[in-house]
Amino acid sequence: MEHSVKNVKIVEKGQPLFFKEHQESLYKSLEDKHTTIEFSDDDPLGTRMILNMGPQHPATHGVLRVLLELDGETILKNRLDVGYLHRGVEKIAENKTYQEFMPYTDRMDYLSPYASNVAWCLAVEKLAQITIPERAQYIRMIGSELARISSHLLWLGAMVMDSGAISMFIWTFREREKIYDIFDQLAGHRFTVSHSRIGGVAFDINDSTIKMIRDFSANLKKEIKDWNKLLAKNRIFFDRNNGIGPITTENAIALGLTGAGLRATGIAYDVRKFAPYLKYNEVEFEVPTRLEGDNLARYYVRMEELSQAVRIIDQCLDKLPKGPIRVDDAKKAYPSKDEVYYSMEGLIHDFMMTDTGVCPPEGVSCFHSIEASKGELGYYIESDGTGHPWRVKIKSPSLTNLQVLEHVLDGQMVADTVVLIGGLDPVMGDADK
Amino acid sequence: MFNMSLPEYYQELVSDLQTKFGDAIVEVISYQGDVTVRVSLENIHDVLVYLKEQHRFIYMGDIAATDRFTSEDRFEVLYNIISLKAQKRFFVKTRCSEENPVLPTSIDIWPAANWLEREAFDMLGIQFEGHPDLRRLFMPEDFNYYPLRKEFPLLGIPGSIELPRTTPDVKA
Repeated sequence: MEHSVKNVKIVEKGQPLFFKEHQESLYKSLEDKHTTIEFSDDDPLGTRMILNMGPQHPATHGVLRVLLELDGETILKNRLDVGYLHRGVEKIAENKTYQEFMPYTDRMDYLSPYASNVAWCLAVEKLAQITIPERAQYIRMIGSELARISSHLLWLGAMVMDSGAISMFIWTFREREKIYDIFDQLAGHRFTVSHSRIGGVAFDINDSTIKMIRDFSANLKKEIKDWNKLLAKNRIFFDRNNGIGPITTENAIALGLTGAGLRATGIAYDVRKFAPYLKYNEVEFEVPTRLEGDNLARYYVRMEELSQAVRIIDQCLDKLPKGPIRVDDAKKAYPSKDEVYYSMEGLIHDFMMTDTGVCPPEGVSCFHSIEASKGELGYYIESDGTGHPWRVKIKSPSLTNLQVLEHVLDGQMVADTVVLIGGLDPVMGDADK
Repeated sequence: MFNMSLPEYYQELVSDLQTKFGDAIVEVISYQGDVTVRVSLENIHDVLVYLKEQHRFIYMGDIAATDRFTSEDRFEVLYNIISLKAQKRFFVKTRCSEENPVLPTSIDIWPAANWLEREAFDMLGIQFEGHPDLRRLFMPEDFNYYPLRKEFPLLGIPGSIELPRTTPDVKA
C-alpha cells in the first residue's frame, strides 16, 4: 500500500457525506485563507491536521461548527460555519402581524428572552409612533436587567466550566432558578416569557413579585462578592484566561465587535448611554471598561455589569410610578381583559388587534436597538402600511461577535478555543436567526 | 435642495455630502430621528469612504438588504454606520436592479462587512464585487434559491435540498 500523505490538499482530506458543495466550498475557503503566507507543503511528520469542532460539541454552546487547521496544538487557521440553527425568522416575520412575531423573538436569544421582546416592541413602537406609559417602561427595564443577569449568570457558569471548574455552574444556576421563579410570577412563563406587548406590557407587577426581586437582588450582591473571591484571585482561572484571545481596540472597532467584548478593549459603547431608550437616562449606572481586551478583561467587565444591573433594578423598584401599564388606545394596543369581557367595543378591538394589529404608516422604515446582554440587538423594520412588516432585519450581537472569533482564533492553542467561545458568549439562536 | 428640518448635526452632515457629491445624493429621509440618505449606485463606495475618512463613521452596525419587489431598482441595501466620536448613527442606502444585482464591497472600508455582505448574498442574491470570500452564510451552498426574495414561498420548496441521512454510517 502506498503511503503518500504528502501534499494532500485540504479539500481532498475532507470527504463529505452530505451538502457536498457546501462542505467543499468551506474546506476550500479554509485552504484559501491567508494565501499570502507561504506554508511549506511538505509535512513529513503529519502534524498538520484538519479538525472539525462541532456542530455537536458541548463547548460550542449550541450548534457552532469550527473548522480548524492545526499544526500540533496550534491553530494555523480556521473557518466558522454558522447556520445550523437557521429558522428563517426574518421570513416568518414578513408573514406575521407585529404582535404575532413577538414569541419568535423569545427563541432568538433564548438566554435573555425578555430583552429580545423589549427590543422588538420598542422598534415597532418607534415605527408606529406609540408612546407607552411610564410604569410599563420601568417594568420593561426591570425585566431587561433581570434578563441580562440571567444571561450573564449562564455565561459565568459555562465559561468557568469551560476553564475546568464544574461547581460554579451549579451555583450560578441556583441564582438563575430564582430569576425563572420571578419571571413565572411576573409574566406567567419561566423561560420564554413574551411579557411585553406592543403599547405596554401584558401584566402588572405586584407586591409579592417586587418583594421577590428585592430579595433576589440583595442576595445576588453577596453572591457576586463570593464569586469574585473565588475566581478573581484564583491562580488556575487567572492563568487560563489571562492574555487569551487578545483583541486590539482598532481590530474590535473594524470587525464590529459589540457588547462586553468591545468594552473590554476600552470603548465605552453602550446603547443605554449612546441612545438612551426607556428610562435609562433617569437611572444612575456606569459602563465598565477594561483596556486589555483579553478573556480575563471580558470576565471583569461582565462581572461589573452584573453589579450595575442590580443597581439599575434597585433604582427602578424605588422609582416605579403608579399608573396604567398599557396605552389606552384601541388602535395601538390590546384593550384590557376587563373591557374585552364586559363591553362590545372591547371585544371588537381585541379581535381587530389579533386579526390586523398595529398598522404603521405606509413606506416608512426605522431602526431601533437596545443593549442586550450579548451586545447591541437591533431591529430594522420597513412598513408597507399593513399589519405585517414588509421587511425585518435583525442586527444580532452574536453574529458580529462570532465574526471576530474567526479572526481571534488564528494562532491560539486548540484548547483555548473552548475558553474563547465561552468568553465571547455567542448564542446560536441569535446568530443563526 | 431639501427643505427638511433635521437636527443640527445631520443638517451639516447632509449639506456637506450634497456639496461634495451633488446629484449623487438622490434622497434624504428622516423618520423618528433616523436620518437616511439614498445614494446612486455609482457613488456608493465613494460616499462610504468619505463618511469614514471625513466624518469618522468608523464603526459598522449592520447591512440590511431589502427586496422592494418592483420592476426597477428591485433591491435596496442599507448601511447602518456609527460615529463613536459624534455619538451618532447614520444610514446610507442604495438600490440595484434585479438583472444585475451587483454592489461594490465595503470590506475595504469596514472589515465587519464580511459576514453581513455574505448574509445579504445568501438571503437575497445580491453580489458584492471584490468580496474575497462570498459564500452563503446560513444556507448550504447546495441550495439554489434566495429565501428572502418575495417570490420564495414561506413553506420552502420541497426537495430543494438533500437532507443528511438519519443513519450516517450506512453507505447509500
